[in-house]
Amino acid sequence: MGISHELAAGMGGIRTAGDLVARMVLKGMKLKDAKEYVANKLGCSVMDLTDSAMMKEIRESLDIGTTLDRKHAATGIMAKMKIAELLDIRIPSVEIFKKKIGKA
Amino acid sequence: MDKRDDLFFTRLGDGAAVYMSKTQIREDVLAGMEDAIDRGKATPLTTEDVDKLVEILTMAEKNVSVERGNEGICTFDAGTLKLTVRAGLPIDRGTACLIHERAICSDTMELCNTDYSYKALKNIIQEEAMAMEQVQQDCIIPILYGAMPNLGLYTKPDGPFENWAELLPNGRIAEALEAQEDAAEQCKKDMIYIGSIMAEAGACGLQFDTVGASGDADALAAFEAAKVLSTKYPDMAITMGMANEFHLGMHGRLKFEGERLAGQYPAKQVKTAEAAGAGSFGVVVNTNSSKSLAWNLSRSVTYTKDTVRVAGIPVLANAGMGVGGIPLTNTSPTDATTRVAKALLEIGKADGL
Repeated sequence: MGISHELAAGMGGIRTAGDLVARMVLKGMKLKDAKEYVANKLGCSVMDLTDSAMMKEIRESLDIGTTLDRKHAATGIMAKMKIAELLDIRIPSVEIFKKKIGKA
Repeated sequence: MDKRDDLFFTRLGDGAAVYMSKTQIREDVLAGMEDAIDRGKATPLTTEDVDKLVEILTMAEKNVSVERGNEGICTFDAGTLKLTVRAGLPIDRGTACLIHERAICSDTMELCNTDYSYKALKNIIQEEAMAMEQVQQDCIIPILYGAMPNLGLYTKPDGPFENWAELLPNGRIAEALEAQEDAAEQCKKDMIYIGSIMAEAGACGLQFDTVGASGDADALAAFEAAKVLSTKYPDMAITMGMANEFHLGMHGRLKFEGERLAGQYPAKQVKTAEAAGAGSFGVVVNTNSSKSLAWNLSRSVTYTKDTVRVAGIPVLANAGMGVGGIPLTNTSPTDATTRVAKALLEIGKADGL
């Protein structure tokens, strides 16, 4: 059922900008505002946020993780450190990681 | 969709196939809406909304989707239960999260335990925290941790308190009220304990799922725990999904921030969740399995739109088995599932699912 929902109505996760918009929505930002906020940070239009061709280019250029792994590409906590900086938000696991490596 | 003469293929609330005329579908849409207006004092849908819902229900395509630009975010309560337990895939929960991230392309995911109740987690929460820490290292998408307040587990013989469901029919009212109050206090402490450990393990968010399943005391425990945790850990997002379109008054007198919980419908539930510091709210409308998809979806969309109208936080409409208009079956037909998703976002104006 989750797959049906994601295909019918979801934003597309890291295939697009779904994870980025979700981070803002979970923090209490309404969907429309969250899309505009993320689009502004990415320097693209709101419609681009769910365009997987456009977002592949953007995500690769920002090195914030894509569905297909690439050599030397950031993934997991590395990608999230960049996402926290990009969106100007605090991500709990990133804050913990920074403390662990003495960068907090 | 399949069409016989002037009859359209659609579904009943249990998922069974049925053919209905467009007139019958429209009548059920109006009746479902009227039920939400009558019981929950919800604002009626507009004529355009009703027309659009009938259009979605009678679309020729088997599976439908939102129009480009109308997408919302998807969350998954009981997240890691689905692949690793219910579907029986021999994989660990971390792998399930990565499958959601890399293959299904989910917007978010939730780590959870098979026994999906906060009380049951106390003995294993340190290991659950280790699992969360590992998943946070590996995943890019937001990973939440979730469970249910499940206040019923606090009653004898599983818990320390008398069972109010047995006391009430025997007329032992004062004892029943006291048992619920005591259980809610203990449940709140447990959820704060679990939530604190998860926050310190780096969880992106905490999900209070099926809030109010045991009545208003169950809801009170969750709202009070959310209030404490949202203040203590402002970086951890809190989302609260309800159990029902109204809080059952098993106690009847309990209040949160001065508002009585018993009998609250979604438009009031969301304001209570806001007051508790939740970042998002999961509206729940239970499916009546003997009514049609048209009736159930209309009722769900009416409540959802009414909730969004007053909400100061995002509304994530619950659309799992037997809620939101989804048929009450473990394998919801995709024709029904996708129509529910489209209608909840495009007519209900939900921020996501």
